Amino acid sequence: MNEPTITHALDRKETTTLNLGPTHPSTHGVFQNVLEMDGERIISGVSTIGYIHRAFEKIAEHRPYYQITPLTDRMNYCSSPINNMGWHMTVEKLLGVQTPKRVDYMRVIVMELARISDHLVCNGILGVDTGAYSGFLYLMEQREHIYEIYEEICGARLTTNIGRIGGFERDFNDIAFAKIKKFIKNYVPVLKEFEVLFTRSRIFMDRTVGVAAVDAQTALDYSWTGPILRACGVDYDVRANEPYSSYEDFDFDVPVGETGDVYDRYMVRNEEMYQSIRIIEQALEKIEKEPKGIFHADVPDIYLPPKEEVYNNMEALIYHFKIVMGEIDSPKTEVYHCVEGGNGELGFYLVNDGGRTPYRLHFRRPSFINYQMYAPMSSGMLLSDAIINLSSLNVIAGELDA
Amino acid sequence: MEKISNTALIEQISARFGDQAFEFSEPIGLLTFETNKETIIDVLTFLKTELGFNFLTDITGIHFPEAKLPIGVIYHLHNFRQNVRIRIKVFLEDEHPSIPTAFVLWKGADWMERETYDFYGVNFEGHPDLRRILNMDDMIAFPMRKEFPLEDPNRVDKKDFFFGR
Repeated sequence: MNEPTITHALDRKETTTLNLGPTHPSTHGVFQNVLEMDGERIISGVSTIGYIHRAFEKIAEHRPYYQITPLTDRMNYCSSPINNMGWHMTVEKLLGVQTPKRVDYMRVIVMELARISDHLVCNGILGVDTGAYSGFLYLMEQREHIYEIYEEICGARLTTNIGRIGGFERDFNDIAFAKIKKFIKNYVPVLKEFEVLFTRSRIFMDRTVGVAAVDAQTALDYSWTGPILRACGVDYDVRANEPYSSYEDFDFDVPVGETGDVYDRYMVRNEEMYQSIRIIEQALEKIEKEPKGIFHADVPDIYLPPKEEVYNNMEALIYHFKIVMGEIDSPKTEVYHCVEGGNGELGFYLVNDGGRTPYRLHFRRPSFINYQMYAPMSSGMLLSDAIINLSSLNVIAGELDA
Repeated sequence: MEKISNTALIEQISARFGDQAFEFSEPIGLLTFETNKETIIDVLTFLKTELGFNFLTDITGIHFPEAKLPIGVIYHLHNFRQNVRIRIKVFLEDEHPSIPTAFVLWKGADWMERETYDFYGVNFEGHPDLRRILNMDDMIAFPMRKEFPLEDPNRVDKKDFFFGR
């Protein structure tokens, strides 16, 4: 009979090797995953990262403290103000600077706006990846308004370099306050509309419910933090656990999910946006009660003096020179400070030897640590589910590689 | 739950490990101590299972070229229930620094250790996949060590001391 014979049985491969990335439109960043596929199902995968590694930790060892802020911008560029504030607070913790309450509340406003802009991009993109473009466009318009607020506060939009060590570079002007108020008023209806489009949509639920579910124990084992950990049911939020920047004065909930699947992550992020709006509302009220015009701590040896004083006043000139040259007195110690970034616990480990620059600065980048589970958890998943999983992890390439 | 104090922690750790745990200090309130590479896994296991430090926040490295043991590996752990953090340091020699992997306790240690290997050349014994992670595979240096220059060493106008350090 005409029977087929298999030659080279050992060399024969039943699976397909697929390069997902590094520049694939659906990965939203420079990630490479070499996947071993059986039809549409992933058998195993290997993640390769580092395509946009810029050696921030090495550069930071050669820069005075105020020059490191722009480096932090470029980590999670979807919410750079949180990185900036986290860095300022780390240095303030090192130097023992106490910021006035008004500065804390201003920082809270900026950080919560950043959190909203981070989460709305993530949830919007999740919609795009499940095949619904319109929700993304609704939300993207609102991100534009957030960027206009940043522009009013610091002049920049994406890589903000917002604030200084000790406070802000300038006070929020009236236009900024008006824009913030307008934004929080307009955003809630848009978010509700977005939820109407997605939350109970049959197609969206079919694509997300039960996809990439992670139990709490595994998530903790992999050191997950942020919304994706909370979606697994662990109520760990740095803002609530170790309040920084006067978060203890605010009343807000920490939403948690149950199953840790993509749908729960989406729900947690949505609820966090509502909570952020709540926090901003409270912060605006609290700022009203604080004395006007205070936007930095009274620390002349750390905070740059205004330019007119530098030209007309001897002491201000000396301080200006010393700060710009990085000649500030700092204790020989080490500090770990963390903030709740868009993706989780963003930590700064700073070792100081009293020099002009940090002796060692390490960024605990949540995306880097969250992403390591991606390849192991993808095995057995459909390729289309893995794409959705990636976008719901909200891995930002800049934060991944630093 | 009542927060466990640093003094209570020091007592319990000293009682268990004696002089294997030393150099206790509290820089800005965060309990820090040193141990050696023989006991590090025992220390981490003890902290994880008996003192409730269930969460591995971070592993990273540091380099003090002048010191007798120049390469440091630094662990940050977090006790979620009582909301306490702790920092553990292990110092190693710089020719072939080597330390047992924490992957056996936390899977999250995987990439943190790969990053530390990539930048400081620390060999984590028993790590399942110890390769470079952020730098290219054929790099030969360990770039976060202090002797590695930031700028191109062949350029006369780009010496490191022009840039702060």
